[in-house]
Amino acid sequence: MEKGQGGMWTWIKYRGGEGQLAWVLHRVTGLGVFLFLLIHILDTALIGWGPEVYDKVVKLYHLPLFRVGEVVLAGMVLYHALNGIRITIIDLWEETTRFHRQLFYAAAIVFIVVFFPTAYLMLRPLL
Amino acid sequence: MIAKRDVGPAPRPAGGFELYTWFFMRVSGVLLLVLALGHLAIMHLVNSVDVIDYAFVASRYATPFWRTYDLLLLILALLHGLNGVRTMIHDYVRPRGWRLLSLSCLYVLGLMFLAIGSLVILTFQPARG
Repeated sequence: MEKGQGGMWTWIKYRGGEGQLAWVLHRVTGLGVFLFLLIHILDTALIGWGPEVYDKVVKLYHLPLFRVGEVVLAGMVLYHALNGIRITIIDLWEETTRFHRQLFYAAAIVFIVVFFPTAYLMLRPLL
Repeated sequence: MIAKRDVGPAPRPAGGFELYTWFFMRVSGVLLLVLALGHLAIMHLVNSVDVIDYAFVASRYATPFWRTYDLLLLILALLHGLNGVRTMIHDYVRPRGWRLLSLSCLYVLGLMFLAIGSLVILTFQPARG
C-alpha cells in the first residue's frame, strides 16, 4: 500500500481483469459471511434463555428486510463457494491457471443458474 | 516486483505454520461446501425461516447427528473465517502496533465465539412442557 497514490482503491487494486474481480469479491463475500456468522452464533446462543426470548428474536428473520438480507447472504456464500472451487482447481492442477478466466465465467454461469431460483424460493412468502 | 508469471494463484507457502493454514483453507473449504451449503439448503429451501423456532431447534437437537453437524460447521466455518481475516489484517494493517492489536482482538473474539457456540450446541437442553 503506497500512501497518496489513488487512496482506498490501492487497497484492493492489483492487476485488474477477471482475476482481480474474483479475488476482491472473494474477500468481500468472505468478510460478509464471517460477520454474519458472529451474529448468528449470538442469536443462537439466546436459545439458552428459553422459548419466549428465542422465538421473539428469531421472528426478526421473518421481516422483509431480513429476508432480503438472507438472500444476499446466500448469494455471498454461493459466490464464495464457487470461487473457492475455482481456486482449489487452480491450486491442485497448475496447468488450469491458463483457463482461470474461463473458470471465472463458468462460476458466474453456475451462480446465475443456482442463485435466481433460490432467491425466488426464499422470497416467495413476500410475493 | 511483478513476478514472471502474471496470472494464477499466489505461490504455495514453503512450509511451517503458513503452509498448514494454506492447506487448512483448502480442506475446510471443501468440507464447508457440503456443510455450509447443506445448512442453507436445509434451513431456507427444505424448511424456511417461518418454521424455525425453539421447538424446531429442540426436535433437531434431540439427536446427536445434528449437534455433530452443527458443531463441525461452527468450528470449520469460524476457523476458516478467522484465518481469512488474519490474512486480510496482514495485508492491510501495516504498522506493527496496530497489527498486533488487531490480531489480538481477532484471536480473543474468535476464542470467545468458539466457546459460546460450542457451549450452546453441546449443552442445550429443551425446556420442559
